Amino acid sequence: MSYVSSDMQESTEPRADESAQDGLRRAIDPSQVGAERPSSREVARETVFRIENLTAYYGKAPAVRDVSFDIYGRTVTAIIGPSGCGKSTFIRCLNRMNDVIPSFRSEGKILFHDVDLQGKDVDPVSVRRRIGMVFQRPNPFPKSIFDNVAYGLRILGMKDNLGDRVEHALKRAALWDEVSNRLKDSALALSGGQQQRLCIARAIAIEPDVILLDEPASALDPIATASIEDLMHELKEDYTIVIVTHNMQQAARVANMTAFFSISGGEDGSRHGVLVEYDDTEKIFTNPSEKRTEDYVTGRFG
Amino acid sequence: MSDLTLTAKSLTSEHRRRRRIVNWLMEGLATLAALAAVALLVIVVASVAKRGAGALDLDFFTKTPSFLGFGQEKSGIANAIVGTFIIVGLAILMALPAGVLAAIYLNEFAPKRVASAMTVAFDVLNGVPAIVIGIFVFVFLVAGHGQAGIKGAFALAILMLPLVTRSTQEVLALVPNAVREASLALGAPRWRTTLNVVLPMAVGGIITGATLATARVAGETAPLLFTSSLAGNTVSWNPTEPMASIPFFIFTAAEQADPSLQEQAWGAALVLIMFVLIASIVARAFGLRSRRRLTGGR
Repeated sequence: MSYVSSDMQESTEPRADESAQDGLRRAIDPSQVGAERPSSREVARETVFRIENLTAYYGKAPAVRDVSFDIYGRTVTAIIGPSGCGKSTFIRCLNRMNDVIPSFRSEGKILFHDVDLQGKDVDPVSVRRRIGMVFQRPNPFPKSIFDNVAYGLRILGMKDNLGDRVEHALKRAALWDEVSNRLKDSALALSGGQQQRLCIARAIAIEPDVILLDEPASALDPIATASIEDLMHELKEDYTIVIVTHNMQQAARVANMTAFFSISGGEDGSRHGVLVEYDDTEKIFTNPSEKRTEDYVTGRFG
Repeated sequence: MSDLTLTAKSLTSEHRRRRRIVNWLMEGLATLAALAAVALLVIVVASVAKRGAGALDLDFFTKTPSFLGFGQEKSGIANAIVGTFIIVGLAILMALPAGVLAAIYLNEFAPKRVASAMTVAFDVLNGVPAIVIGIFVFVFLVAGHGQAGIKGAFALAILMLPLVTRSTQEVLALVPNAVREASLALGAPRWRTTLNVVLPMAVGGIITGATLATARVAGETAPLLFTSSLAGNTVSWNPTEPMASIPFFIFTAAEQADPSLQEQAWGAALVLIMFVLIASIVARAFGLRSRRRLTGGR
């Protein structure tokens, strides 16, 4: 968090008294960012998700319309944008979590390693097994800490070395030191931040390829948020991470790539989310191509 | 300035006094209504206990009734107790799995429209009078074939089914969606999510609902009148024959001229009330336990 100047607020309230450039400089210090996070353009990119003209509907109204971009492997991709821009709808398409919502429907393609995720013969259960998800509010099962992490392993039949696998996952989620002596305690007795790290441990225990995080820190205090962010820096070595956040500083801190979604009005007066700009995080925050991106990241539009 | 004083005045004097009186009055009425309900229960239980306690001794639970003895020999309701336990037990075996499965379908799998239409159907079934259910079972199962304890159990199961289904539905609805999503996101199929996450969280509440439904039908007389009333005065363990039951014993014994039988009817009523009371307390304990599980002991 050190590279974010201390007077930068967490809020996205418009700040009319600042010029765009001032706001940008406050939002992020480019010299530090460059050192902290090499641009993903410089390393070889493996496309994990290729999204082509995705439009997602709840009922008749589209929630997001005509989204196309590529998500790369072993990077953190942040999805930012104002409330109602379809960030969550979009990320839930990536592991077919929207299937459980009866009125949901989508058009376009999401290719995951060249396989169309929405294809008729694709089993959503196996999709979710390879693409894990962590939700906005920590949602541990009302079981013991151990059983929470072991749950997915047991379901998927990964029962060999169950104890080792659980320990490994808890260590990766930086929770082991805090819970190693009380694995049998209820997960609900943990603090919010610990619960969220437990949910991350639960997600990585089944060794997925991708971890989707839907505003994972929005219900947490700043200290717990910082530990989740540290964790993401660690995990991107091994996983492809997509994180939805309404917190621009968080996107700036953790993401290599950033997609900015916003709300557009249709001809018939309906409002739906669209992808405005997708680029290296550094570029999005310091030199965006689109006026709407600039307005948003400088806090003129929220 | 004048506005301010006016407001201040209305804040302090008349309005406040009026409000205090209305508040006092309504609070009093509400308290009175609550006390009246409790008082009714106390009066009913006390009067049954007063009249029936004398009948309760070891013989009452071990011997069978004698309708001809005019108090000459000690008699009891052993056959009715055995009959009620078997009939109600069979009713639970029929209604509980069906009711829980129906609730799982309605809450976890059914499309919204189907679920709401079927929920209304269960509410209607819940409102069908017990005697109608009794006649229904009589017409379809008893007439021409004879009475049997299991047919009485079937009639009671029909009464239990909507109670079990609706209470289970309510408990399943309390299980947060976030937990279902967590399980699905880990690659668990829906049936495993239901079996391994949703049901364990709901089991306490399901037992509570089932226990209350059991207590409710254990005292039903009308369905048994048509299906399992022509029982002998001996203990029968065979549900394919008509079996005695506590409610039906109360119904017949209370009409007898023999005062000792009348006392026994009150005694049987007391046994029934105690059974319902214990069942409700057990159900409450389960309910509290499951709530603690859902909230993590906080």
